[in-house]
Amino acid sequence: MIITLSWLKNHLNTNASLNKIIEGLTNIGLEVETVKESSNNLSDFKIAKILNVEKHPNADKLKLCNVDLGKGEKAKVVCGATNARKNLVTIYAPPGSVIPKTKTKLKIAKIRGIESHGMLCSESELNMSNESAGIIELKNKENLVGKNFFKSTGEKTIDISVTPNRPDCLGVRGIARDLASSGIGKLKNQPSIKLKEKFRQSIKVSITKEKNQGCSAFGSVYIKNVNNKESPEWLKKKIISLGLKPISAIVDATNYVMFDLNRPLHAYDADKINKEIIVRNSKKGESFEALDNKKYTLQNGMCVIADKSGVLGLGGIIGGVRSGTEITTKNVLLESAYFHPASVRKTAKELNINTDAKFRFERGIDPNSIESGLKLATCIILDICGGQVSKISISGNKKTNNKSVILKSDTFKKIIGTSISTHEIKDILSSLGFKVKLSKNHYKVEVPSWRPDINQEIDIVEELIRIKGFDKIKIIAPEKVRNQDTLNYKQKLFHLSQRAIASKGYLETVTWSFTDAKVDKLFNQGLEEIGILNPISSDLTVLRRSIFSNISLHLKKNQDRGYEDLGIFEVGPIFFGKQPGQQLIVAGGVKTGLIGRKSWIDKPRKLDVFDIKSDVLRTLFELNLKESDLLIKKDSKSYYHPGRSGSICLKSDNKKILAYFGEIHPAIVTTLDFKEKNVFGFEVFLDNIPEPSNKIRNNKIKYKVSDYQKSERDFAFVIDKNYNANEIETLVKNVNPDIIKSVKTFDVFEGQNLPEGKKSLAINVILQSESKTLTESDLEQISNKIIETVKEKTGATIRS
Amino acid sequence: MTDLNKINSVFVEKLKTIKSKDELQHLKTEFFGKSGEITNQFKKLSSFQGEEKKKFASSLNKLKDNFINLINKKFSEFESLEINKKLKDENIDISLPIRPFNQGKIHPVSQVIDEISSIFSEIGFSIAEGPDVETEYNNFTALNTPENHPARDMHDTFYLEKNKKLLLRTHTSPVQIRTMLNGKPPFKIIVPGRTYRSDSDQTHTPMFHQLEGLHIDKDITMGHLKGCLNYFVNEFFEIKNIKMRFRPSHFPFTEPSAEVDIQYKIKDGKIIIGEGDKWLEILGCGMVHPNVLNNVKIDTKKFQGFAFGMGIDRLAMLKYGINDLRSFFDSDYRWLNHFGFDPLDVPTNYRGLSR
Repeated sequence: MIITLSWLKNHLNTNASLNKIIEGLTNIGLEVETVKESSNNLSDFKIAKILNVEKHPNADKLKLCNVDLGKGEKAKVVCGATNARKNLVTIYAPPGSVIPKTKTKLKIAKIRGIESHGMLCSESELNMSNESAGIIELKNKENLVGKNFFKSTGEKTIDISVTPNRPDCLGVRGIARDLASSGIGKLKNQPSIKLKEKFRQSIKVSITKEKNQGCSAFGSVYIKNVNNKESPEWLKKKIISLGLKPISAIVDATNYVMFDLNRPLHAYDADKINKEIIVRNSKKGESFEALDNKKYTLQNGMCVIADKSGVLGLGGIIGGVRSGTEITTKNVLLESAYFHPASVRKTAKELNINTDAKFRFERGIDPNSIESGLKLATCIILDICGGQVSKISISGNKKTNNKSVILKSDTFKKIIGTSISTHEIKDILSSLGFKVKLSKNHYKVEVPSWRPDINQEIDIVEELIRIKGFDKIKIIAPEKVRNQDTLNYKQKLFHLSQRAIASKGYLETVTWSFTDAKVDKLFNQGLEEIGILNPISSDLTVLRRSIFSNISLHLKKNQDRGYEDLGIFEVGPIFFGKQPGQQLIVAGGVKTGLIGRKSWIDKPRKLDVFDIKSDVLRTLFELNLKESDLLIKKDSKSYYHPGRSGSICLKSDNKKILAYFGEIHPAIVTTLDFKEKNVFGFEVFLDNIPEPSNKIRNNKIKYKVSDYQKSERDFAFVIDKNYNANEIETLVKNVNPDIIKSVKTFDVFEGQNLPEGKKSLAINVILQSESKTLTESDLEQISNKIIETVKEKTGATIRS
Repeated sequence: MTDLNKINSVFVEKLKTIKSKDELQHLKTEFFGKSGEITNQFKKLSSFQGEEKKKFASSLNKLKDNFINLINKKFSEFESLEINKKLKDENIDISLPIRPFNQGKIHPVSQVIDEISSIFSEIGFSIAEGPDVETEYNNFTALNTPENHPARDMHDTFYLEKNKKLLLRTHTSPVQIRTMLNGKPPFKIIVPGRTYRSDSDQTHTPMFHQLEGLHIDKDITMGHLKGCLNYFVNEFFEIKNIKMRFRPSHFPFTEPSAEVDIQYKIKDGKIIIGEGDKWLEILGCGMVHPNVLNNVKIDTKKFQGFAFGMGIDRLAMLKYGINDLRSFFDSDYRWLNHFGFDPLDVPTNYRGLSR
């Protein structure tokens, strides 16, 4: 909502400075977005004439215009408008001026090699209309070349961001009322308007009775024998200050009333109405051409204003071309109606129309302002254009009764924490137009008809504190008391995993929860994609099914930037359905490159799967899992290299996968066009990590070490290739878990002298008893048992 | 006795000629071995009697101790010579670079979430979460934003279904609804999380992070709300007495509603919080609307309280001087490395939020 100080002062008696008013507006919830020095920057725009036009040497669509700026000044301007031609009078923006639409400052710039000094403007660039095809054509203004195009209003415009609950402040009067209530000035009384009504409004108006009728009142006057013309300066100035383009006295008058009183009106050329006005629901397929020059085809049940020939306009949204007023219009029908917010909103949304009227009606117009709006507009039109006016006719609800709300005496203190006096309550509310009656322990508050937002007690409390001032609320400092844990276990895992993975040399990233369907497909295991109905771009159309969908691509982009040895990770949601909660938290990382690139001390080597295995295992250890509880299996997912990947689960629960890790499938690496081809990844499924039953303080107590000497033995088995190291280690460990403290594979090889299909596996075993020093014969006994067990279970032989 | 003197002078002479640890070992054997000079003298001891014997024994022991000391001393000399020689050979260029390594970092959004959590933890808030996909009811209707309400225009919503029943949450506020439906008051939670709006320009990204706060109990007033946010802002920016301004505003789910500005100034193109006379909007808040409490079956006669919401990414930008919101989500190595935090830099109350 844009206002000017002078317009405000039509309604408000005040000597307050602009700054004081701006501060006041902000303090009562009418946030001032910008204050524009309208006169200053607009004075840059000059009326200019194109002297001649040449073709741009380097671009077919551009022209080189030699422009007369008056007073003997000339400028060379590059222009792309098709209508730029010799002798055209248009508007010139010099270098240094700020184009209202883009808010960019013009510079002297080379356009395709030719320097352009300034620019020739379209209406849209000057925020005069949406007309962007071609530059402005001024007719009969040749004598004004060199003059400022915009008349300096010498005024600042204040742009206020009005919240959706305050339709009353979409009119200057509403803003003035609020300011007056807060102590800045006094609200002026509205002058009463007496019209000389000579005859009855002769066009019949009916509102059909049907389900979901969007209109409950339709007021109208008929003004005949008008002489429509360009608006006088005072009115044009007001219209321009709103950022609108003056059209004609009739249209400008209706716009003026809309912004002055928040009362949208519509003017019809009465001679173009076929017999009568019918306010009814549309039928599917009906269509009309609206004032925005677009043709709309309607659905069933949209509130339309129609005549015998069909639709004239959409109630409360936009009028139609067929019945629109023109400069030649002689007889006018003015409409002032009440359209239901939901109905207006629904229709406008379906047809994708946004107008000032729609914006107001969907927020709720004062239903009792029909008459005052008609009177004010009529008065202005008669004043400028002459003519005679009919009596006002209102079909439907002539008056809507005001609501009442009870405010209990103690509610304000209870909600705000600070008290308010009866005096203050009465003052504030009555200055806002409420009527207050005090009873024993409550106030009965009658709500003015322009406040659709006030329906219950809390709404009154808000009004009171809003005007009293939020700075009057006394601060109550918070108590430093904690009655519940800040984080639950899952949340702790989330935070821990971030820091655990980062400490392995990975950079944490955060990426969209949605992704490119093509990339997601590489990682989604053939499952159906989870599409977004209205994606923001064609490469962000699905919710990600995998944590890799984004980070793999981002890793590649970093490779392309020249960073080849790095790892990135993200902890975030992946989705397995479109229902709320069908998501998992995954900590996923990807890594690529060499270890020790360009090192004077070590030979560089390629990252391998054991690097990523180490990262993921150490992360799991840091997430409170014990190595001895984990089972590592060969099976993973299809987006990993089948021979160089694995999964990790708990030995006690091999259904729940804790993590996958491995080399990313070479086919995917090729598809995504990675520069450095060895790419590894891991995924940790935080939701699957169980919360330990014991707190660490319970576990620390069990400190037990053996006082006796430990012994080591190495064994080398020749064994079938299909056995994995972990199986053998487990087998060995289980021979005597009390004495065998650790089992570790330290060498593995195939080929050489070994038979086909066999491999050599060397393991180191540490033996220690809790109760005695193991003797040679004890050790011998266990060693033999180890060998026997492995032989028996796997058919292995001991390598000599 | 003269024997001993003689032995002594022989030993001293010989010691002078020793040039290595090995020779020293030989010398030691020569005098202390099975038939060494000193050993032999000890064997003689039994041939003396009385005072004589005592005297001889004493002299012999003295001689022995002296020899051993001299040998040890010589040994140490050789040892330090050897070490010095080794040290001389082992001199390297210490300025050579270390083995290449990758320094991991924590994303500023995560860091700031941890900072915020730490601050609110002190005053008893715990962390709640909810799903990213929400129902239209939880995201709007239950929050007093019925269908066809213009306030819905403030959010450009991503929908998952034609009937618009499922969507990506446009704010973290639906977690209020979930939390209150699933528990009994009092509630004292903060909700950091991902939020989504179909908006993309210099200052908007289709995904961003919000922090929701909710405190419902008996007698929680707007005074408590002011106190809570005042505490938070000063703690978060680690600046004392930042001037704050509560401005009336409108959100469907709170009433009265306020927006909160903090003082700032621009110096050398940089925002400085806590100084100057300009105001910067940082959050929205208010008393939870009775309609919302009714929707989650909370007795508004007994319970009331406040809620607030703020943009985490924006807080991170303000605190750490980050200009471009979009760069948060690009995974550019250079950006992550520059704006990221060391993983050991865990925000805590006792050590301070940030270094």
